[in-house]
Amino acid sequence: MNNGIFNTRKSYLYNTMKLNILFSIALLFAFSINAKSQDFETLNFKDLEPTFHLQNDTTYVINLWAMWCKPCVEELPEFEHIRKSYENKKVKVLLVSLDFGSKVEERLSKFLIKKNINAEVVILDDPDANSWIGKVDDKWDGALPATVIYKKDKRKFFARKVTYSELAETIDNLNR
Amino acid sequence: MMKKILFLSILLISAVAIHAQGYKVGDSAADFKLKNIDGKHISLADYKDAKGFVVIFTCNHCPYAVAYEDRIIDIDKKYKKKGFPIIAINPNDPAVVPGDSFEGMQTRAKEKSFTFPYLFDAKQEVYKNFGATKTPHVYILSKNGKDLKVEYIGTIDNNYKDASKVSTKYVEDAINSLLMGKKPEVTYTKAIGCSIKTRG
Repeated sequence: MNNGIFNTRKSYLYNTMKLNILFSIALLFAFSINAKSQDFETLNFKDLEPTFHLQNDTTYVINLWAMWCKPCVEELPEFEHIRKSYENKKVKVLLVSLDFGSKVEERLSKFLIKKNINAEVVILDDPDANSWIGKVDDKWDGALPATVIYKKDKRKFFARKVTYSELAETIDNLNR
Repeated sequence: MMKKILFLSILLISAVAIHAQGYKVGDSAADFKLKNIDGKHISLADYKDAKGFVVIFTCNHCPYAVAYEDRIIDIDKKYKKKGFPIIAINPNDPAVVPGDSFEGMQTRAKEKSFTFPYLFDAKQEVYKNFGATKTPHVYILSKNGKDLKVEYIGTIDNNYKDASKVSTKYVEDAINSLLMGKKPEVTYTKAIGCSIKTRG
C-alpha cells in the first residue's frame, strides 16, 4: 500500500471538507480489500514452479497449506504477521492452498476474511503430487504444512509448522 | 557459549537419529501388534497364508485419506485373495485430532464397510518404526518365511483427486510384479498427505 498517495488524498479531502467523498472513498477502499481476497489464481505445478526460483532481490516466503490442515491453520497468523512487519522490505509472502473439492474458491474466500489473512493466495491444483513434491524441495516428502523461504539461490525449507521468530530469523539470515 | 554449542550438538544428533528412523526399500520390517476396530489385537504373523501386506497409514479426518478410501477398499478386494491384504493403521493422536479417535475409526469403518482391519497405533510407535510421515502413506511388504521385506514406499496412484483420471497405479503395479516373482519397477514415490498428528 502506498502511504504517500493515501496521505495526499487525505489532506485534499480535509481541504475541500467534502465528507461524502471521504465516505465513498472509504467504502470503495473497504470493497477493494474484500475483492482482493476473493480472486484466486488456480495453477498446476508447471505454472507455479518458476515462483520457487525467481532471481531478484526479493525474499520469497512460500507456504503450502490447506484449510482442513490444523497445523497449517494454526501457523497462518504467523505468515500474516511476517507480511505486515516486512511490508516495505522486499519480502513477499505467498500462500499456496492445496484445498480441493466443491466451491473451493468460495470457501477459501470466506475463510481468509474470517481469519483476516490478506497475504496473496493461489490454489495449486495438480493431483499427480509425486511428480512435483520433490520440486518444491528435495527434502520434502509430501506432508503438510511445508514452507520454502528463498532469495535467489539461498534457501531454507521447513517440513513442519513454523513460528514468527523462525520465519523472521530465516529472512534476516538470507539478507545478511 | 559452550552451553549453546552443546545444546546445538544434542539437537543435531537427535535430528539425525530421528531422520535415521524408518524403513527404506529393501529393509526388513518388524511385526507389530495393534488393536483392531473390533477390539481384537492383530499381528502380521496371524496371516499364515499371506504372501505380503499393503500397510497403509491412514485416518478419518484427512481429505487425502478420505479421497482414497474407496480405492483402498478396491485394492483389498482385488488383492487379499491373491495374498496381499490391506492393513490400515491410524497413527494420529486423538488428543490432537478428536475425529481420529478409536470410536471415530469404528464409525468410519462401519460407514464405508471397510473390508480390511483398521488398527489404532495408540502408542504411536509403529508409524515411527516404519518412518511414516503422513496419511495416507503406503508400505508394501513381501513375506518370506518370517522375514518381512519392504518392497515399495509411497503413494497409491498418480491422481489424489479423481480415481477415474488415474493413469499409473503404483501400488497395484508393485503387487502385480511381486506376484510374478519380480521386483517392482517403481519402488519409491512421494505421497501428498496430512502430517501425522502428535502432541509436542
